[in-house]
This record gives sequence, structure tokens and C-alpha cells, in this order.
Amino acid sequence: MKKLTTTALGTAIALAASVSAAQADKLTLYCSAQEDWCQLMARSFEDATGIDVNMTRKSSGETFAQIRAEASNPKGDVWWGGTGDPHLQAAEEGLTMEYVSPMRDQLHDWAISQAESAGNRTIGIYSGALGYGYNTDLLAANNLPEPSCWKDLLKPEYKGHVQMANPNSSGTAYTTLASMVQIFGEDEGFEFMKGLHSNINQYTKSGSAPIKAAGRGENTIGIVFMHDAVAQAVSGFPVKVVAPCEGTGYEIGSMSIIDGARNEDEAKKFYDWALSAEAQNLALQVNAFQVPSNKGAQTSDSAPDMSTIKLINYDFKKYGSSDERKRLLQKWDEDVSTLPQ
Amino acid sequence: MRNATADKTTHPILIFWIVAGWVGYCLLPWYMVEGGLWSFEWLVDGYPFDEDYAPAAFLIGQGEKLWLAPLLIPLALPLLVLRRSKSDPLYAQILILSGTLGFGWLIAQGFSIGIRGFNYDWLSSLFGDIRLRQFGMGYGAMICASAFLFLLTQGIAARGAINGDVFVVSAIGGVITIVTAFVFFPIAKMLFAAFVTEDGAYSMSVFFAKFFDDRLWGLGCLWGARCGAAWNSLFLAIMVGFITTALGLAFALVVTRSGFRYKRALRALTVLPIITPPFVIGLALILLFGLSGTVTQFFAELFGLQPTRWLYGLPGVLIAQTLAFTPIAFLVLIGVVEGVSPSMEEAAQTLRANRWQTFKTVSLPLMRPGLANAFLLGFIESMADFGNPLVLGGNFDVLSTEIFFAIVGAQYDQGRAAVLAIVLLFFTLSAFYAQRVWLGKKSYTTVTGKGDSGVHPLMPNGLAIPVMIVALGWALFTAAVYAMIIYGSVVELWGVNNSLTFKHYVTAFSLRFEEEGIRWTGAAWDSFWTTITIAAIAAPLTAAVGLVTAYLLTRQSFAGKNAFEFGTMLSFAIPGTVIGVSYILAFNVPPIEITGTGVILVISFIFRNMPVGVRAGIASMSQLDRSLDESSLTLGANSWQTFRRIILPLLRPAILAALVYSFVRAMTAISAVIFLVSAEYDMATSYIIGRVENNDYGLAIAYSTTLIFVMLAAVGLLQLLVGQVQIGRRMSQSQTTSQKEST
Repeated sequence: MKKLTTTALGTAIALAASVSAAQADKLTLYCSAQEDWCQLMARSFEDATGIDVNMTRKSSGETFAQIRAEASNPKGDVWWGGTGDPHLQAAEEGLTMEYVSPMRDQLHDWAISQAESAGNRTIGIYSGALGYGYNTDLLAANNLPEPSCWKDLLKPEYKGHVQMANPNSSGTAYTTLASMVQIFGEDEGFEFMKGLHSNINQYTKSGSAPIKAAGRGENTIGIVFMHDAVAQAVSGFPVKVVAPCEGTGYEIGSMSIIDGARNEDEAKKFYDWALSAEAQNLALQVNAFQVPSNKGAQTSDSAPDMSTIKLINYDFKKYGSSDERKRLLQKWDEDVSTLPQ
Repeated sequence: MRNATADKTTHPILIFWIVAGWVGYCLLPWYMVEGGLWSFEWLVDGYPFDEDYAPAAFLIGQGEKLWLAPLLIPLALPLLVLRRSKSDPLYAQILILSGTLGFGWLIAQGFSIGIRGFNYDWLSSLFGDIRLRQFGMGYGAMICASAFLFLLTQGIAARGAINGDVFVVSAIGGVITIVTAFVFFPIAKMLFAAFVTEDGAYSMSVFFAKFFDDRLWGLGCLWGARCGAAWNSLFLAIMVGFITTALGLAFALVVTRSGFRYKRALRALTVLPIITPPFVIGLALILLFGLSGTVTQFFAELFGLQPTRWLYGLPGVLIAQTLAFTPIAFLVLIGVVEGVSPSMEEAAQTLRANRWQTFKTVSLPLMRPGLANAFLLGFIESMADFGNPLVLGGNFDVLSTEIFFAIVGAQYDQGRAAVLAIVLLFFTLSAFYAQRVWLGKKSYTTVTGKGDSGVHPLMPNGLAIPVMIVALGWALFTAAVYAMIIYGSVVELWGVNNSLTFKHYVTAFSLRFEEEGIRWTGAAWDSFWTTITIAAIAAPLTAAVGLVTAYLLTRQSFAGKNAFEFGTMLSFAIPGTVIGVSYILAFNVPPIEITGTGVILVISFIFRNMPVGVRAGIASMSQLDRSLDESSLTLGANSWQTFRRIILPLLRPAILAALVYSFVRAMTAISAVIFLVSAEYDMATSYIIGRVENNDYGLAIAYSTTLIFVMLAAVGLLQLLVGQVQIGRRMSQSQTTSQKEST
């Protein structure tokens, strides 16, 4: 302890010179989107307002757990990004604060309905539809037909060519499971998952890994959010994106202000700024092809066109609740994952 | 001489720690300052009255945190003995009382009052549910705690423990305290976490539900489904242990007992595992043998076969780990194979054993400790390995990756992570125990003080030829994989666009010269400098803690020394993933709240790598005769002066080795680091993992290649420096030969 302290002190004195004495407004941002997007948002907000941003990036599950742990002594101010379910759960538990932003009239309806379903404690900032992508070279090399529907993936010729994430470890894969249950009904939905199971070559841990493997040519078809597939295609990999014909589920990336935030005014400033078209346009710089919630924000030409995708009426309230989640995952664990492939 | 100093009534060390205690209590911010230890914002932001930055004395003055007030008593007590001599029994008693009271009260209040008030229900029912709360300890609390600790050790020394030697007692006390705080406490915390239910209560059934989970112990692979992660890890680790030991032995035999010419090139292999960042081997294997890998495509076209994903799963992980850990087995075995005394073998041959019989009945049994050690290292490294299963695992789940995804994935289940970590820890500790049992109490000593000028016999031919083929084949394969790594860092987009480019190096390490100086514009600089800084801070501390511990173990005798040694070596048997999990569980909440800071990284490196410093120190200290210390002590030096003036200078090679080893390990570590990094303190390896996850293989491999060269430079510098340290003495026979070999 003594050694540690003295060294820490020594280093501290050396570093003290570089610490500026000026006091600025500050904001603690919990960010659950991809790292470079988080960095860009934080830096751009600093440039736009002069408020110092202290950003921590963690997955939405981790951030949720952290906010819950800090409930009596919140350290974070704003939680930006990440799939909507944990934001809704946080709203349900009263961990986040009600706020009606003056920017609302610029937003798409789905973003506002997300807010209304949570008593204005959260709001949609982007959305992304589920789908799949395939490696065109590998598909051709194996003489496989081009799939266009969910049910196409059950065909025996795709055996060993399909990859998806494990719903236990990935929110993307859970959205897939919940979407299938909503599209086909629970019984048929699980029959679909069983059929899919025999064609799956690997359940990855992370949600976007299947399409990345497909990009590199290590896998043929990956079930992912379509914007992730687009990102691979844009980086130069031979990937084609499919919006399945039966319709598909989607996620709404959300933002919430933490209840009892120490810097509430700055948090509201960030909130309003993050809903502006200008802030949402930043996504394009980091190859994030989600659909922005501001109607005036630009969408990339390569991004999936939401108007042509058949979206189901995804019940976020029901399938985002932890009881339903647990039940579906357990059923998947017992009925699907144990089957021989 | 010592009696003379003991009778003095000025006690500079005592005064120092009393002053330190008061400074910590009255002048420094008591709690952890937001922005970490190295932030000095508090000096200009409301100090000393702002509640966040106030020293304990100011807090109490404002009627806050009144539970800190009792600390004034133990702080004031030692003032009473300033005028007394050390031999006065009251001197010792008061110091012990003050140290115990202060340290005990600090710990008790730290654990009972947390961020959300009382941590234990019985406390709130006793005192009512008042809104008390406090954050993690800051400078003030830490310095105060150190002061109490060293007051206590001075008291114990004054009572006559270890000949009243203040330095030795304080060193023992210090090492015990930090090992308890940073090894035992987190592990214990993790054991408890395994029993916690979702709403925070303790329950056995939660543990059993998680422990007997099918995903852990399932045997589905016997009938076509999947096996549990525990079986997978165990099976993999045993395979890797056997294969790396066999290959390592083959290499060692080629180098010591064959007429092979390029032995030096083979010896260079031993450096590889130390300087190779995780993942690169896995990535290179994918680029070679994956579904679209170069080799796969070549053979598929040649024979018209359908390429498959055979690499993902057990085969890939096994190959990658064998590549990575064979050099470690080689490193262990080369010393052992050289150490087997030639006279034993010559004696066997004189008794008319042929070369094969000699090898089988004399040489091989004498290598048993080496073989057991090599197997154990392979086993533990494989169990703890995180990078290779992550990129190559496919559906083959192992414990280390399961632990990671239990914490970072959507499931976010700390209890499950803790249960998995316990299973992992159980496996590695069992392996340690099994090794002890297998070696038994037999003597394997063949190197004695007597001159031994024999020459090792060559291997029998029946053995030499297959051994040569295996060793050289594997060496070529390793070389090919490493060549691939360098090639992979300079191609545009592997498999899609194979044109050569330095683009990835530019993205990672570009810089601009501007008027204000150099602008580090590359994407990798942030994590690179953090890594270098953290490694550079951790390395000397690791060496220091390691050497002091080694000094205590070799030079002092005290009660509980065996337990002390076990404690300091324990962290070696604990896989990095377990350390990572236990650190976030233990240090996320007060009293020690350091997650998300650079400090936690430094501390994790110190305790991960300390055993190496201890071993290196013990090895060199056992070579220094005790008469050196004794003459120094007889001439009136105290034990601190002896340690600093006599032992340390003679230990320079050990110090350098410990320094460079811990520096390099800190740069390549991943398994513990991945849990402990934060946006502000990102390490190179976790940055690389991010690139790999983003499909940015080019950048990941370019960064890794750069790290390899940085570390090669560090290791080279070490060789240069150690080579110059010469202890003046005649050269023995064996030293002369090894000198010749290395020139």
C-alpha cells in the first residue's frame, strides 16, 4: 500500500502540470453503441457546446446493471444508444427521468411511440430492421439459390451455411427469436428455430459476428440487423443484404436521462442535441447505417430503405419484459439448442 | 550496536508515520476523487470544504461522516510514546493498540457503510436506516491506513519479533496486507458472488442451479449434440498439455543431444510466446486454413474438394494453442534436459546399457520434474487462454470465453461468471496438486557442487530421426505462421484484395508535425501510449514487490512462512479471466473503488506477474551466500541497509529479468485486462480485440506486428544489459561451454 501510494503520488505530481485549472460544465455519458460512434458523439457534442464529456462505453446490458447499482447515487447523466429493451426496463423501474424534448416534432412516429410506451422516460434515436446477408461469392461457388424469405433458410441445401448469434448472449439473436415467434406464432416460430438449428454452422457470441464472418468468406449466410450487413458491403466485402419476404422485426436504439443526474441541465442539452438532424448525420461518418429518428437527418444511399421493408408490429412491451425473455430463452435452450445438428 | 539505537528516544520512522497519519486525516481528500488518482482538479474546486474533496477532519467539522471521528483516538495515541524508549513495554503496547484500533476501525467502517448506506441488514436494524453513505477510499484514507499498518508493525517489532527488526516486520506486514487486499479479498468476494440471488440474498440453491447447468457439464457430444464448457476446457487443456510437452521435449532433445547445426535458430523460438500478442496466431490460422483461407483454397482447387469449416472448434483452438505454448514447454525442458548429469548417463553406458536403454531408464526418468512442469504450464495456459478460443472456438465453448460472455453479453450474470471462474480455478489448482503428488518426494538432483565434465550422449538413432522430423516440421510451420502475420499486415483486404499497402500502419500510427509539436493522429496511439505507460509503471512495482517477497522468503524465518509463500504464489495458478472477474466484483464498490481507473490495471499486472519476480529473486538470492548479509550486519548495518547496499546490487540480473518480463507481459496480457479496461484507459490488446470484432483484420495484425517488434526491442535491450553484468569469479566448466555456445 505504501509503495503504491507513493508512486501514485509521484505520477500525480508529474501529471498535475497538464491538468488545466479552468472549470467547465461537464456531462457523464454512458454509451452503448459501437465505440467509434460513441467517441464521435462525445467529441462532437464537446465541440458544439463546450461541455466536457466523460464517456464510458459498455454494452446495454452492462450499462443497465450499472445504472441499477448506482441508483441511490447516480454517477451517469445520459445513457445514449443500445437496443431499446433495457431502456424500457430502466424506465419501468424508474431509473430514468421523464423528459419531453422540444425536438419531438422533428421525429418519426416510431421514435415517439417508443417514448410514449415508457411514460416519456426514453426515446428512439435510431432503428434497424432484422434481416440477413449472404456472401455472393460463396453462394455462387456452392451453386446455392439466392434466398429471399425466412423460410428459404430452412432448405436442406443451406445446411452448414447459416450462422446466427446465441440468443443467450446477444440481443440481436433474441430479437430474431422474438420476431419469429411474432411472425409465425409461438409453436410454428419454435418449429422454425428447430429447422434453422440443423442448418446453423455456429452460434456466435456477438450479434454482428455472423455477417462479419460472411464478409471474410468464412460463412455464407448471417442472420443480423440489416445495417450491420450494409456496413460490411460498404467496406468492400461481397455481401448482399436481404429483407425477408414474410416481414421482419426491428430494434429501436434509445436514449434516456438517468434519474437524479448530477448534471441535469447538461444532460437535457445533450438529449436535445442528439435528436437533431445534425447530430444524427454523424452516424454516416462511422458506417452506422441505422435509420435515424429525426425526419430531416440524411440516410445513406446504401442503407436499407425502411419504406420497402415489411415491418411487423413488434410488441416491445411484451417481448422486452424480463419474464417473457427468460421464458423464451429457456424454451430455446431446452427445445432447440440441445438437438443434434 | 542495535541496542544503542534502541535506547534512543527520537524515533524518525515513528514520527514519519505519525505525521503521515495526520496529513492523511487532516489535509488530503479522504474519499476517491472523481477523475481518478491522477486528477488534481480538487485543489481548485472547493477544497477543503466541498463534501466530495474534503479531508476527514473537515468533514467531521461540518458534521458529516461522523463515523470517522473515532479514528482520532488511535491517531493521537502514539504521540504519548514519543518520549519513551523502544525497550519500554508501554511503547510497544501503545503502538500495537493504536495500529490495531485504527486499521481495524478503518476496515470495519469501510465495509459496513457503502454507497447505499449500511451494507448489512443487522447494522441498519441496530442503528436505524439513516442516510449514511460513502464512496471509495481516496488519498487520505489510503495514507491513514498505511500509517496505522506501519505503526502496528513498529509496535510488533518493538516487542521483539524478528529481533526487533522494523524493516523486516514492516515488509512482512506490507506484503501480507497487499496480497490480502488484492489476491485473497477479490477471490473471496468472487466465491460469495456465486451464491447471490438476483435480489441480493444469499442462497445455496442459486449456486447449485448454476453449477449443475447443462451448459457447463452436459455430455451431449457423446451423441452428436454439444458438450459442456467444463468438459471442453478440461479435455482441451489435457491435450494441449501433452502435445506441447512432447513437442517441447523433441525440441530440447534436438538442441542438446543431436548434431543439428542451427540450434541457435531453434533457441530463438523460445522468445516467441512472450512477445506474441494474443489473437495473432488465431487470425493467421484463419487466413491460412479458414473456409476461404489460402491453403484451404489451394487444396480445394488441386483436389476438387469442397472447402469446409473444419478449423472452427476443437481443431483450430488446439493447433493455435499448441503453436503458442510449445515454446514455453521448450523453455522449461531445455534447462532440465541440459541439467541431467552426463555422469549418470556415462555410468549407465559403462554398465553396458545401449543408448536406447540409457535414454529410457536413466535420462527420461530424471527429466520427470521438467516434464511435469511443462505439462502443468501447458495445461494452465490453455485453461486461461482467451484469445484463441474467441476467434477460433466456433461452437466449442470453453470456460474462459463463457466467463467473458457471462459478464459482457446480454445475459450479464455475475453469479454465473463467478461459478464458472470457480470451476476454472478448481481445475488449475487440482493440476498443481496432481503435479506435486506425481513428483512425490523423490530426489531428482543430479547437479552437485562437484565438477561434472561429462558430455551428453547423442540420442539413439531410432529416436533421433522421428524427433528431428517432428521438431523441424513444427519449427517450419511456426515460422510460416509468423511470416503470414507480417504479410497479413501489409495487404489491403485479405482474400478480397491482396495488393500490398502500408495503409493499416498509417491508419494506426500516423503522425503529423505541426507548430505545437507532434500530433499523434493514428487510431492506435491512445491505447499504445496507455499500454506503455501502464506497463512502465507496473514493471518496477512488480519487480520491487517480488524481490522484497523473495528476500523475506530466503533470508528471514518467521511463523507462517509457508502460508506466506503459498499466498504470494497463488496468483500464478489463478487464470487471468478469474482475476478479471474477481477484480470487478471486489473493486467496483467501496472501500476500494478503482474500476475504470488506470490503477486497477497496474495492480492487476503487479499481482499477475509478481510470482515471476519472486521466483527470479529466490533463484538468485539462493546463490548469494548468507555470510555476505551476516558480515554486513556485524559491521553495524541494519537489515534495510543490508538489503539495499549488499543484496540489491548483486541481484541486478534478477531485477532486470523481472522488469522486462513484467513489462512485456503487461503489453500482451488480455484475459484479465479485457474486464478492467475503460474508455479512458484502453489497452493495446483490448483495442486489437475491438478491431478483430469489427472485421478489421488488417489493422489488428499491423498493430500486433508493431507490438511484436517493440517487445523484441525490449527483450533485446535486456539481453544486452544483463550480458554486461558480470560477477567477478572464476568461470566454471559449464559456464565456459555455455559462453562459447552463445558467442
